[in-house]
Amino acid sequence: MSNALNSSPLGYLDAAGTHAQRILPLTLYTLVISIVVCVVITVLLWLAIRRNPVDSRLAVHEVPVERGGNGLRWISVGLSISAIPLLVALVWTMMVLAAIASPPKKPALVLDITARQWWWDVHYNGERPSDAFDTANEIHIPVGQPVLVRLHAADVIHSFWVPKLSGKTDMIPGQTNQSWMQAETPGRYLGQCSEFCGYQHAHMQFEVVAQSPAEFAAWKEAQLRPAPDPATPEAKRGQELMETRCGMCHQVRGTRAGATAAPDLTHLMSRKMIASGALENTPGNLAGWIDVPQSMKPDSFMPNQDLSGQQINDELAYLETLQ
Amino acid sequence: MKAPDYRTPRVGIDSAEHQAKLYRIWETAPGVKGFFTTVDHKVIGIRYIVTAFIFLALGGMEALVMRMQLARPNMALLTPDQYNQLFSTHGMTMIFLYASPILSGFSNYLWPLLLGSRDMAFPRLNALSYWIYLASGLFLYAGFLTGNGPNDGWFNYVPNASRPFNPGLNEDFYALGMVFLGISVTVGAANFIVTAFRTRAPGMSINRLPIMVWGTLTASVANLIVVPAVSLAFFMLWMDRQFGTHFFDAAGGGQALLWQHLFWIFGHPWVYAIVLPAMGMVSDGLPVFCRRPLVGYSLVALSTVATMILGFGVWVHHMFATGLPGLGLAFFSGASIAITLPSAVAVFAWIATIWHGRPVITTAFLFFSSMILLFVIGGVSGFMTASVPVDWQLTDTYFVVAHLHYVLIGINVFPVVGATYFWFPKMSGKFLDEKLGRWNFWTMFIGFNVAFLPMHLTGLLGMPRRVYTYNDYPGWATLNLLTSVGAFIFAVGVLLFFVNVLKSLRVGAKASANPWDGPTLEWSVPSPPPAYNFAVIPTVASRHPLWESRLEEGGTVSSLDRGLLLDQGKETIATSALDAQPDMILEMPEDSYAPVVLTAGLSVLFVGLLLRNWIAVGVGAVIVAGGILAWLWPSRELREREPEVAHG
Repeated sequence: MSNALNSSPLGYLDAAGTHAQRILPLTLYTLVISIVVCVVITVLLWLAIRRNPVDSRLAVHEVPVERGGNGLRWISVGLSISAIPLLVALVWTMMVLAAIASPPKKPALVLDITARQWWWDVHYNGERPSDAFDTANEIHIPVGQPVLVRLHAADVIHSFWVPKLSGKTDMIPGQTNQSWMQAETPGRYLGQCSEFCGYQHAHMQFEVVAQSPAEFAAWKEAQLRPAPDPATPEAKRGQELMETRCGMCHQVRGTRAGATAAPDLTHLMSRKMIASGALENTPGNLAGWIDVPQSMKPDSFMPNQDLSGQQINDELAYLETLQ
Repeated sequence: MKAPDYRTPRVGIDSAEHQAKLYRIWETAPGVKGFFTTVDHKVIGIRYIVTAFIFLALGGMEALVMRMQLARPNMALLTPDQYNQLFSTHGMTMIFLYASPILSGFSNYLWPLLLGSRDMAFPRLNALSYWIYLASGLFLYAGFLTGNGPNDGWFNYVPNASRPFNPGLNEDFYALGMVFLGISVTVGAANFIVTAFRTRAPGMSINRLPIMVWGTLTASVANLIVVPAVSLAFFMLWMDRQFGTHFFDAAGGGQALLWQHLFWIFGHPWVYAIVLPAMGMVSDGLPVFCRRPLVGYSLVALSTVATMILGFGVWVHHMFATGLPGLGLAFFSGASIAITLPSAVAVFAWIATIWHGRPVITTAFLFFSSMILLFVIGGVSGFMTASVPVDWQLTDTYFVVAHLHYVLIGINVFPVVGATYFWFPKMSGKFLDEKLGRWNFWTMFIGFNVAFLPMHLTGLLGMPRRVYTYNDYPGWATLNLLTSVGAFIFAVGVLLFFVNVLKSLRVGAKASANPWDGPTLEWSVPSPPPAYNFAVIPTVASRHPLWESRLEEGGTVSSLDRGLLLDQGKETIATSALDAQPDMILEMPEDSYAPVVLTAGLSVLFVGLLLRNWIAVGVGAVIVAGGILAWLWPSRELREREPEVAHG
């Protein structure tokens, strides 16, 4: 189990980001206090029951009623002892609340993240409009730098949570909430929608990829580029299919597929997961997901496509070019 | 001829002729007529209890189906839609149709017996409260059974519950059903409050009330204050859905968060409303098995009230992650941490009662004493979520699911089952089987802890709530399997309980009037009690009228055999609110069709609203108006009269 504690991708008893690290000692403090209280009460209860044993053959009414000790000291002493850890928790709570209210320094990056049933649109703001771009379900950030996230919801309420980096902040239609995160070590950190949002709440995940600033800059550079023109005939047919069908909802920058109701696919193949964390991005999964998404993520908004074998191959050939 | 405005009630001694006279006055008519017209609080109480236990069984079966789906990762036993309806209906059932009504049932049955009265203050309102509970429960379940159950959780957040995202009838059933049920809760609460303050036996001053009365009284005051918030919220939701009002629609200038405030302003006090009476059961029942009075009666009574007062100021701890300003969060965090203290008073009082007593181990004792432990586990996990930053990690994970089940099963189901073992002999004249009782207790206790103790860890490993399936992350599969196994063991325990009740009703050992040698008034009447409860209204001189001789409390003694006869009609005595001085002869209403007719009218009206059939709504409204008219028709027999001199 201790292994699970450290390796569970959504576990929050180990932290990899400043925000989460400031919460963790308080979590552990309340956890330890709680366990101690349960143990102490169990022991007291056990001792109390065993203290004046009654012959088990006697019925209740055969045991005489007595006034007994007055016992009020139990309450006064018990309350006094209980009050101390509570007071510590209260003060500590206020301190942590103040410490994580805002990022430690001016954020290096401001992201606008919009939650939708059941995926995440991630908008990178730039100095100039040409520096801005959208991606989906995979958020890259530079390690060691605070990142401000502005949280929006396009349909129902969702909640933004990357346990190893920061606590939850709800995403509510009609209001913009803010949170921040700062990864201390490079790595991939799992995020999960944590407010019930309908059929596929379970499969509404994302990943935060914390990279060195140089790697992050390179990634950003690549994301800014539009999709390349396809070279092979299969890929060309695949692009046409993309534009006439998938383009009703999806965007591939540099093509006629320009809708924003579903994830931006311009650099689909740079992502590790598809379907908002439901599937790994392998050719087999991709083929299945394109053709019969309803059997892989039931009730999601991506309809089954009923493609022919050749169409699937064409589409895969095209998607492979979207690096 | 005009009856005089006052009459001196006769004081006398119980006799067979007197009992026969009272019997003729109070007994419910047999057959169908009696079934639909009775206003006897004992009959209504038992109906409440039986209905609530049926809902407990239904909600439990829903849970078991969910636990099958969650036993392994990536199972496909249920579709997302089925799972969502199941977990929402499970929550609705347990919280609204089991946890609260079961306590209303016990209170309905027990209050007049505990208070030394012949009925509740408003017997017909009592019947109405039950009929509406039943009708609204059937209404809500009609949705579920037609595939239109609630599908957005019992908390029902908008906009996911709004029409654009939820076009079916699901949320209309839920919204209207909840408004309907709210009527039952409201009239029930009003009845309890007046009953507690006005229909106690002479001498039962406010500092002599059993703690369970304090619990239900406190809960009733809270319900009267907060139920309008949730009824309003559900009504506004229905308006949003049906008429395009924009209370919760951000695009139309409304606010999604408004729902959460209205819901939790109700929802959190409600949590206390469904545990405080159950804590009262333990405070009253546990001392009987410890053969001594409760330690710290006054402190426990005051902490009951204090919990509720603080309970009005903690609702935002359900909303810590919604982006509210830090200062506001700090206040609610502080209140949520502070509310631990009054709960601690009760815990230490119970442990001290056992410590300084001589506990006799019975099944009821096991349920009551184990509840202390479960209460503490549910309490400390609540304390953890009270700290805002900690909650930002814990909330909406299985940690909270574990927490709330320790609270609701630990502080409601365990005391309620214990209370059934304790008061079943009074209700039926038969004991529940003690041997089967031990099996019942240990299966429930072990099953419950196997299911829910490891679930804390599931939450700490980050598993989110309300997911229809999950990935095979390290540790999750094992923990979930354990929980599913525990859930089934727990269900077997509950089944043993039902078996014990059914078996003991037929072949249980006979119980005397006071089988446990208990201290309070309900044990002074036969088991089961006659329709009129008390042949003579007792006069109370202490908190433990039946233990006075042994506790040497000194001073005056209670009088149980000699008191007000009140045999001129269906009568009981009203007393003053604090000191319980005799104040008025209450003329109690006869059995009546009005409550059931009123409920039928309301049912037609609500079905009409659901289907937007305005003719049905009109017909329902006319029936309701007729029912109210019949109910309120002036009747000479019901004129209240003051006694000429106080009873001495």
